[in-house]
Amino acid sequence: MNGTILDLFLFVVLPYAATAIFFIGTIRRYRTQPFSYSSLSSQFLENKKHFWGLVPFHYGLIVILTGHLIGFLVPRSVIWWNRVPARLYILEISALIFGLLTVIGLIQIIYRRLSSGRVLVVTSTMDWVLYILLLIQVVLGLYTALAYPWGSTWFAALAAPYLWSLCKFSPDVSFVAPLPWMFKAHIVGAYALVAIFPFTRLVHLLVYPLPYVWRKPQVVRWYSRPEGIR
Amino acid sequence: MNVRSQIAMVFHLDKCIGCHTCSIACKNIWTDREGAEYMWWNNVETKPGTGFPTRWEDQDTYRGGWEIKDGKLRLRSANKGYVLGKIFHNPAQPSIDEYYEPWTYRYQDLFNAPEGSDQPIARPVSKITGKEIAIEAGPNWDDDLGGSPVYAENDPNLDSLTEEQREQLFAVERLVMFYFPRICNHCLNPSCVAACPSGAIYKRGEDGIVLIDQTRCRGWRACVSACPYKKVFFNWKTGKSEKCLLCFPRLETGQAPACFHSCVGRIRYLGVLLYDADRIEEVALSSDENLIEAHRSMILDPHDPQVIRQAQSNGVHDSVIEAAQKSPVYQFVKVWKMALPPHIEFRTLPMLFYVPPMSPVMSMRKGDVLTQSDQGLFHEIDNARVPMQYLAKLFGAGHDAKVRYALKKQMAIRSYRRAVTVGDIEPHIANQMLREADCTPAEAEAIYKLTSLCTFEERFVIPPMHREEALEMMEDPMDHKRETGFGLVGKPQRGS
Repeated sequence: MNGTILDLFLFVVLPYAATAIFFIGTIRRYRTQPFSYSSLSSQFLENKKHFWGLVPFHYGLIVILTGHLIGFLVPRSVIWWNRVPARLYILEISALIFGLLTVIGLIQIIYRRLSSGRVLVVTSTMDWVLYILLLIQVVLGLYTALAYPWGSTWFAALAAPYLWSLCKFSPDVSFVAPLPWMFKAHIVGAYALVAIFPFTRLVHLLVYPLPYVWRKPQVVRWYSRPEGIR
Repeated sequence: MNVRSQIAMVFHLDKCIGCHTCSIACKNIWTDREGAEYMWWNNVETKPGTGFPTRWEDQDTYRGGWEIKDGKLRLRSANKGYVLGKIFHNPAQPSIDEYYEPWTYRYQDLFNAPEGSDQPIARPVSKITGKEIAIEAGPNWDDDLGGSPVYAENDPNLDSLTEEQREQLFAVERLVMFYFPRICNHCLNPSCVAACPSGAIYKRGEDGIVLIDQTRCRGWRACVSACPYKKVFFNWKTGKSEKCLLCFPRLETGQAPACFHSCVGRIRYLGVLLYDADRIEEVALSSDENLIEAHRSMILDPHDPQVIRQAQSNGVHDSVIEAAQKSPVYQFVKVWKMALPPHIEFRTLPMLFYVPPMSPVMSMRKGDVLTQSDQGLFHEIDNARVPMQYLAKLFGAGHDAKVRYALKKQMAIRSYRRAVTVGDIEPHIANQMLREADCTPAEAEAIYKLTSLCTFEERFVIPPMHREEALEMMEDPMDHKRETGFGLVGKPQRGS
């Protein structure tokens, strides 16, 4: 019974609380501290190790997160795809490669922060909290993927319905309750990241400059002309 | 015709003495802060030299400015999609090592050192880490050709010179340099604006000043590499880009920018230019050889009634048109054709123009005798110590015709004034020189006056900025009645 209460807290209370913190926190920070709404780049202070950390980490993480999102959005299609073993192996191996990229990149990022005196100066406490949490999270993810094959299939079968149950406000922990604790920790880690999101450099995700693709090259601001005239 | 007004500038390099007063004035007002210590919105370089940051003119490395690809204008740094893909790591971004690591000295050691047999010294410490550093570079590290075998010889502009010319340039007898003060050019086709993923950099419609919205800037750093003049700087403390703002708070109150105001050699001129904004793209697409002419042609005559009518209908204030008519920049750039844009081949259409410098009289040592070569009226121009190709690379997109024209005119005016004041040059020779340089005595007098006898008001014709009207259009000033102070402005501090 004890386990159930803990499960209830970790997999029902925590996600809702984290999401609430996420929305309130990000909106509040955007309104009160718009100046800080970015990731403090340190490429200027150290340019070489930067490449070997930031590039694998970001591309690795983008693919991995997209994978999770697909598993959540279209679980049936993932299961259908995985029916043919060859396709399953391709999916799993490429996911593993990008997972490894993420871990290697993150380790390089942390090593860079520690080894470059200049970069250390611009590293905040919150950065360290984030890096440690992220490292735990991606290592747990990688471990789960290796220890409990085939993740892509059972994510679609177990985690997706659980997440959907949260979305529909009728939480059902029976999907995740029997899972191994490593995987449970991975889920809790994700909620923790969502919760600290507004207070870290992660906010730069929300201001990713997609409108750049369709805006005109030159920007002119007029103060004495009404809107509309160039 | 889409007439807009632009605050434009002329730097008369023949008058620059390289005193760096401009840089210091700017530093004291704007960049004496943590994170900005290394920035020099205004800096004075010695040419030949590698400049600041090192080899900024080398666009194969930094990928700044525009290039023409398939008949279209394209940012050299990357197309739009590619910018977003490279956003995590910008391969063309200079690091602080290309500028220099700011430092101070532990002066207290001079006072607190225990008594001993040696002199106490103040060791240099980094202003970033606070730890001791070995100083490897600094602002104006190669000032006055200091360390020229390492620095001056790596000047990218020397690529156009033959081996022989290079050798001659650095031969002791010919050793020559000039100063090259630089600020943001407030370009008509700024590549920093076009490269900014956040759309934080903008050109002010009324005066063309290019500014960075510090709140909208998310520190993606694309502007730093996109500006071919490397005049956008990254503040490592706030994580935002900063640049020269042409002292707009001073301009709006009718004062010249600090670097202009403090210029000892009085080399700087500031005034309004009216230009046709519809032609920006077309002009930027011109071939290298025609760029300067095209750039000039988009600058409009402020006395032309049709231009005035168009300007008025475009909302350019009458007082601004009046300032444009008195603009010293218009005289130097368009009427006299003496001021040239720097590296116009970057195609950002800079609005800062340079009057190219005259070099010293060339002399050759033959045995023990020092002779000055002396054939023809304009001998010094083609045999000048600074090779024409070098100046052409800087101010003529590699083509020397426009540079030669500007130098010839300067030379002719010198001879003409010497004929007037000293009298050891025959007047008919001086007049012939003027004619050959496409100049008249009246024009020569005007140029002489604006070059040598210019007053403060003649050098800086600052139009009223009409900010009060601009503000009134945005909000009713009566809303703020009975309020005090300047309101609450957040400190540029980051929480995390």
